[in-house]
Amino acid sequence: MIIRVQHVVKSFGNVVAVNDVSFDVRPGEIFAFLGPNGAGKTTTIKMLTTLLRPTAGSLELDGLEVTTHQTEVRKRFGVVFQDPSLDSDLTAWENMDIHGVLYHVPRHPRRERCEVLLRMFELWERRDDMVKTFSGGMKRRLEIARGLLHTPKVLFLDEPTLGLDPQSRNQMWTHVQSLRATEGVTVFLTTHYMDEADRVADRIAVIDHGRLVATGSSAELKAQTGTDSLEAAFLALTGTTIRDESATAADQMRQVARVWRR
Amino acid sequence: MTVVFILWLREVKKYLRSRVQIIASLGSPLMYLGVLGFGLGSVFQRAGEGSYLQFMAPGVIGMTVLFTAMFSGIAMLWDRQFGFLKETLVAPVPRLAIMVGRTLGGATVAVLQGTLIFGVTLIAGFRPVSVLAVPLAFLVIALIAVIFSALATAIGSSLKDMQGFQMVMNFLVMPTFFLSGAIYPLEGLPRVLGALTRVDPLTYGVDGVRGVLTGRTHFGVALDVAVLLGVGVLFVVFGAWRFSKIEA
Repeated sequence: MIIRVQHVVKSFGNVVAVNDVSFDVRPGEIFAFLGPNGAGKTTTIKMLTTLLRPTAGSLELDGLEVTTHQTEVRKRFGVVFQDPSLDSDLTAWENMDIHGVLYHVPRHPRRERCEVLLRMFELWERRDDMVKTFSGGMKRRLEIARGLLHTPKVLFLDEPTLGLDPQSRNQMWTHVQSLRATEGVTVFLTTHYMDEADRVADRIAVIDHGRLVATGSSAELKAQTGTDSLEAAFLALTGTTIRDESATAADQMRQVARVWRR
Repeated sequence: MTVVFILWLREVKKYLRSRVQIIASLGSPLMYLGVLGFGLGSVFQRAGEGSYLQFMAPGVIGMTVLFTAMFSGIAMLWDRQFGFLKETLVAPVPRLAIMVGRTLGGATVAVLQGTLIFGVTLIAGFRPVSVLAVPLAFLVIALIAVIFSALATAIGSSLKDMQGFQMVMNFLVMPTFFLSGAIYPLEGLPRVLGALTRVDPLTYGVDGVRGVLTGRTHFGVALDVAVLLGVGVLFVVFGAWRFSKIEA
C-alpha cells in the first residue's frame, strides 16, 4: 500500500472535520475522494501532505509515518492544491526551476525534466511567459507539471478541474490518465463531480460529513447499492445529493480573489 | 543555502519587474516630503530648528522602509491562500530557510525602495554632511528593513483573514510611523508621548539615520544601532517561530 490511513480524526475546536476515517491506496492506481464541499476531502489531503496534524489516528505514505517523517514524506509526493500556488509574476520556467531547487533536483536533470514535463503538458512554447497571462487550464496544467518535477511516488490533486471549462476539463483528465503510463505515479484526487470520478478513478471513496461511507470501484459501489449510476449510488449511500455547504473564510477570500483577477 | 538564495532572488526579481508598483509606492513618501517638508518648513525655521527638509528626509526614508517591509509581510496572508507560499510549505526544506529567504528578500526590497526615496530627497534639496556617511546610513536602513520584515513575517504567519490587515495598518504601522520622531523632534515632548516614542523601534532607526546623515541625534548613533541590533535578533527569532507554526 502506498497510502495507509487508519482511524484518522481531525477536529477544529468542537467541529469534527474528519471523523474516524480509514482507507488504503494501492501503488499505481487513480484513487478518488468523492464528496460534497465541506465533507472533509481537503482536510484529509492537508493531513496527508503534512500541512495539518491529525487529532488522532495514523497516516502512512510509502511506509513512512507522515507526522514524524515530514521531510522524507514531502520528497515523495507532489501536490496541486485547490487554490493556485504558482507565482504569477514569474514565468512558467522560473516556477518550475524554483520548485526543482526546493526539491534538491540537481541542475542538469532539472533542466531536462522541466523540458519533458512542459512539453508533455503543452506549455513548452509558453515557457518564458509570465504565469499571469495564462488561462485557468494552463495554470492548472503547469501546477501538475511542477508537482511531477521531482518524480514523486504520489500525486495529490485537490479538485483539479474546479473552475475549468468543459474542454479544459476533458483535456485535464486525458493528461491525468496518461500519467500512469508515462510516470507510473499513484494519483490521489478529490472531486465533487460524480461523472469525473466515474470516468477516471480505479477506486472511489465516498465521504460525507467527515465520515467514509463506502470504498470501491464505480461498479462495486453501484452493485453494493443496487443502483445503475454513481449518482444514484451516492444518494443511496449518503441519503443526500451533492450539495454546497455554507461558505468558509477561505471561500470568502476566494470570492474576493475572483473579482481582483478580472 | 541555495534555497535561501532562490527565495531571496524571487522577491528581488518580482520587485524589479513591478515598475508600476514601484512608482505607485513613491506616492505617499513624496506627499509627506512635499506637503509637510515644504509646508512646515517656515514654522520649523522660525522655531530656530534649522531646515525642516534636512530634518525630516531621514524620517521619510525610514517611513518608506517601514511601509515596504510591512506590506511584503502582509501580502503573505494572501500568498498563503492563493499564492506561492503553500508550495514552499510542503517542500522538503526547513521552514527556517524559507523564512530567512523571504525575510531577507522583503528587507532587500525595502532597502531598494528606501534608496529610491533617498535619491528623491537629494533632488528635493536634502544634503548629507558627507559622502562617507551614506554607506553607514545604509547599514542602519538595512537594520530597519530586517526588523520590520521579520515583524511582518510574524504577523503574516499569525493572521487568519483579510480583516486583520486593516487592524495592523491602523494599530501598528501608522502608530509606528507617527511615534518614531520621523516628522517631529523628540526634544521637549509631553511625558506620555515621549515614553511611547522610546518603545518604538523605528524611533531608533530614524534617529540613527538622521544622526549619521545630518549629525543631529537624540540618543546617539551607538545606542541607536545597539537597540536596532537587539530588536532585530528578537524579531527574527519571533518571526521564525511564528512561521514554523503555520498550518495552512
